[in-house]
Amino acid sequence: MSALTREETQALIQEVLEVYPEKAKKDRAKHLMVNDKALESSKKCITSNRKSLPGVMTMRGCAYAGSKGVVWGPIKDMISISHGPIGCGQYARGGRRNYYVGTTGVDTFCEMNFTSDFQEKDIVFGGDKKLTKLMEEIEMLFPLNKGISVQSECPIGLIGDDIEAVSKKVAAQINKPVVPVRCEGFRGVSQSLGHHIANDSVRDWIISNRDGQAFEKTPYDVAILGDYNIGGDAWSSRILLEEMGLRVVAQWSGDGTLAEMENTPNVKLNLLHCYRSMNYISRHMEEKYGIPWLEYNFFGPTKIAESLRAIAAFFDDKIKEGAERVIEKYTAPMNEIIAKYKPRLQGKKVMLYVGGLRPRHVVGAYEDLGMVVVGTGYEFAHNDDYDRTMKDMGDATLIYDDATGHELDEFVKAMKPDLIGSGIKEKYVFHKMGYPFRQMHSWDYSGPYHGYDGFAVFAKDMDLTLNNPVWKMLKAPWLKEEATAELKAA
Amino acid sequence: MANIMIRRGAEGYVFYMPKRDIEDQITSMEFDTPEKWGGEIKLKNGGCYFIDPQPAPARLPYSVRASRIDGVE
Repeated sequence: MSALTREETQALIQEVLEVYPEKAKKDRAKHLMVNDKALESSKKCITSNRKSLPGVMTMRGCAYAGSKGVVWGPIKDMISISHGPIGCGQYARGGRRNYYVGTTGVDTFCEMNFTSDFQEKDIVFGGDKKLTKLMEEIEMLFPLNKGISVQSECPIGLIGDDIEAVSKKVAAQINKPVVPVRCEGFRGVSQSLGHHIANDSVRDWIISNRDGQAFEKTPYDVAILGDYNIGGDAWSSRILLEEMGLRVVAQWSGDGTLAEMENTPNVKLNLLHCYRSMNYISRHMEEKYGIPWLEYNFFGPTKIAESLRAIAAFFDDKIKEGAERVIEKYTAPMNEIIAKYKPRLQGKKVMLYVGGLRPRHVVGAYEDLGMVVVGTGYEFAHNDDYDRTMKDMGDATLIYDDATGHELDEFVKAMKPDLIGSGIKEKYVFHKMGYPFRQMHSWDYSGPYHGYDGFAVFAKDMDLTLNNPVWKMLKAPWLKEEATAELKAA
Repeated sequence: MANIMIRRGAEGYVFYMPKRDIEDQITSMEFDTPEKWGGEIKLKNGGCYFIDPQPAPARLPYSVRASRIDGVE
């Protein structure tokens, strides 16, 4: 399947590593591997979740990005305060296009920037008073908020502010949950620790709020975890689950509310889409409330059908029939889409470098379109992610962890993929190199990509990007003239 | 000593250490009876941990303190 053989890929890795000094070379070599499906554990062949080396260009984010930007930010009826200097909050407000229903500024707040805007005097004298005042102002100006979370930025941890005490005091005052989150950006090696911290704060401050309260249960209650509704992803997943007869009680956290999160311990099954960012809370709910969890994959019809059947296996025959009915209903339209786009995309090579779940989850969707993923990698994965990835990727494909700018450039130059899927920081570099590129963090301002409806958008987007005539016109006019002049001379 | 969580997977016990995000199959557990449970546990990745022998937990997953005897972090 792969474009290169195992030996060639290994040689490519060696070649790319050549430019590094001895020590860096030794370290980076551990983060690059050639996939071998026969292996069961990634432990021996790839190292992950390690500190990036100074001097290499990493694409990672910080713990604050993982907590505010990913997990807490999309909860629509809570206000997440970016506690610290103003920039972090400004660049983390709704940037992932976590869609939601509601009137921003009245009952929903994802796209707004609430920040304590730290100045020098706050660093010197502490920011606790400012935080108290900020929360009182929030309560006055936005009375329909359901709760507040305090997302610490770096200085909070450095100067040792006691946000827990402030939160407790204000929570008693306004009679709403106020959650202090210790997600200072310098913690951990990447945004991954931010997810973990956010999950732990949900566990400590939110999840048991309604324990013992009455809740009208059905035997078919499920919760969607780890779907951030990027471009409407959670909605196109939700309708499939509802169509097969399940009741979706909560969406975490895209288009999710605080009440939904508090009600989640009542569900029968937790459905986990982004394993990396929400497995912690799923494990907690499994232990405390005995709720099983299941990883599913809603990219591409093959994987959706597999996932729907796996979900249905947890329930009775009514749901199993429902799953078959849903699969049956969408088979014809999906075949139509594949028939339309597959001839235009067949055999094209894709390289991915994203985070979270996408480097392995979208492989199935590309395969449905006849495309081959020749290289994939995560910014901030752990070993358990690579264990899962190795099964989804083809043999002898390239896998890279926390790839550096240099490595990505060289891999692309050598492997010449027809399409690259990565983030905004890589986008224009590869555009300038003349490679079709999709920004796969937020679906390049398109979406949804989850579910059957999402696959239609996915297929169309990939075709529009890949077969865009503009890629043939990238040569600068003066370079083109030279080429023709040479031709004439010859 | 570290907190670990033991849950039941498709093929027996699964080991999970939240602090380091290590998830792996448990290949053998020294004691596995309702009265005495725990002892030395061996992981598929070669790791080896020790849980104080205790009565088996009523319900899995179960969080417990474990000490590392040998192996990968």
